[in-house]
Amino acid sequence: MYAFFQRADYLAIKPEILVTMFALAILLFDFLLEKRDKWMNALVALIGLGFGAAQLTMFWSRLGEGAGYKGFGGAFTLDTFAVYAKLIIIIATGLVVLLSAKYLEVEGANFGEYYALLLFAAVGMMFLASGTDLIVLFIALELMALCEYVLTGFLRGSRRSNEAAVKFFLLGAFSSGLLLYGMSLLYGIAGSTNLAVISRRLAERPSPDPLSWVAMITLLAGIYFKVAAVPFHQWTPDAYEGAPTSITAFISVAPKVASFAFFIRILIEGLWPMRAEWQLLTIGVAVATMTLGNLAAITQTNIKRFFGYSTISHVGYLLLGFVAAADGNREGVTAIVIYLLVYAFMNLGAFGVIILMRRRDLIGDEIDDLSGLMTRAPGMAILMLIFLLSLAGIPPTAGFIGKYFIFLSLIETGHYTLAVLAVGYAVVALYYYFRIVVAMFMKKVPDTVPIAMGMGVRVALGVTLVMTLLIGIYPQPFIAMAREAVRPLFL
Amino acid sequence: MIPLSHVLTLSVILFVIGAAGFVLRRNIITVFMCIELMLNAANLAFIAFSRYLGTLDGQLFVFFVIVVAAAEAAVGLAIIIALYRNRETLNIEDLDSMKL
Repeated sequence: MYAFFQRADYLAIKPEILVTMFALAILLFDFLLEKRDKWMNALVALIGLGFGAAQLTMFWSRLGEGAGYKGFGGAFTLDTFAVYAKLIIIIATGLVVLLSAKYLEVEGANFGEYYALLLFAAVGMMFLASGTDLIVLFIALELMALCEYVLTGFLRGSRRSNEAAVKFFLLGAFSSGLLLYGMSLLYGIAGSTNLAVISRRLAERPSPDPLSWVAMITLLAGIYFKVAAVPFHQWTPDAYEGAPTSITAFISVAPKVASFAFFIRILIEGLWPMRAEWQLLTIGVAVATMTLGNLAAITQTNIKRFFGYSTISHVGYLLLGFVAAADGNREGVTAIVIYLLVYAFMNLGAFGVIILMRRRDLIGDEIDDLSGLMTRAPGMAILMLIFLLSLAGIPPTAGFIGKYFIFLSLIETGHYTLAVLAVGYAVVALYYYFRIVVAMFMKKVPDTVPIAMGMGVRVALGVTLVMTLLIGIYPQPFIAMAREAVRPLFL
Repeated sequence: MIPLSHVLTLSVILFVIGAAGFVLRRNIITVFMCIELMLNAANLAFIAFSRYLGTLDGQLFVFFVIVVAAAEAAVGLAIIIALYRNRETLNIEDLDSMKL
């Protein structure tokens, strides 16, 4: 008789347990705090994330050469891939906590629930990176999504925040419906909710198999929603514009990392026998996503909306990694994994600067609000320039390393047209990122409200800057880490 | 016993009604109900497969989906109430303060 709950299983989910406990602690601790001491909630959240990260680093060194640990009857996998994704998620959440403390004070929405919800979302994402069973994946996805909906609408008095939350919620719930239907069909085909079993059963089925195509397409449509790929991207610009800026930073990074980890698990571990089919689908979606994301970003005037479209274009590049992976090229997945790490730092860095534009009596989310930043705050302008160069993929920044591996994997597998197209769109991206640079360096100063920087933002900007430059200049250890993370997927 | 194909057809019909309602309806609450219909269509498919295959995973999944749907209703209705307080409308067409 197989014992379902073993001690080792609980040890494997220790980081998640720790983060959950700290999230609950924040909810209690919040009652004890005076209004002006609310920043201490952020401190508790950071300590919790720190414990989680420390535990994960210990797992990383212990996992070594093996295939990883399968707990809870194969529903939960702790391998280097899961640990890698969870570390990025925790670091991204930690950076968002740092960015939030001062911003929430300015917005007058400094409630403890905010940090608790961030941590709960992080727990959902961590399970998403480890789940190898449809049930676990679905619950984890919903835990992440529900927290995101609430956080998007966190500014209850703001019309834009409400509207963004409703749109995000309705489209998100719709996508969950699609995803769930795909999962039910997959279960019907395989007779099990375990990804490894599903993969085996799919391989046994005769070749033209409409039922598994329908299952795959509905499932992938649900995931495309979550990662904001065209044609399921409509929620992105609205949710990004309306959400509190710190949450825009959060939903543009952490859920993307988690959703792509989920995506990799589904495609590589679950739907691997159908790789020819999903490769075709991915090529179409990736090209459409890059086209729309890059072209729509050109005309935006609101900077959060602009970053919404910029995120969509990055998702397009990430999807290209799957095209290479479908040809059995392991580097395709490695490229995605590196890109996610790089993207997390550079995007959060850029949002760190944007968040400073929000001051009393100034919303500061138009591109024009960055005008003349060079004369007002030269340090900020130079930081933003570095992050924008990285987002555009210019060496020696981290963004270049991310794009380089995607292009390399495409060329290795012979997808020359796609590689050329992707490089072409990188040029377009350079153009629209430089619109912000032009505003910062060449336009007149419109306002004189001083920029005040809190301690948290200082640390967050420091970390993102160092990582953006470090990965760009000395990428070897990070590439080695990514290779190590991808290894268990192809055993 | 009712054959599997009948139940699956019903589930597809429910799913399509839900998806069509999501696209066509203008009232936020109705749209939300259409989403619930889609989730329940998936539940029906799970139960049918579970019965047909003789494994319990599907029925187990349905319980989790019901829990998630309840949580989603709680969060969703809270968000909708916050919206109504600020705007006094539940029509999706009125949600246009952000340009396309």
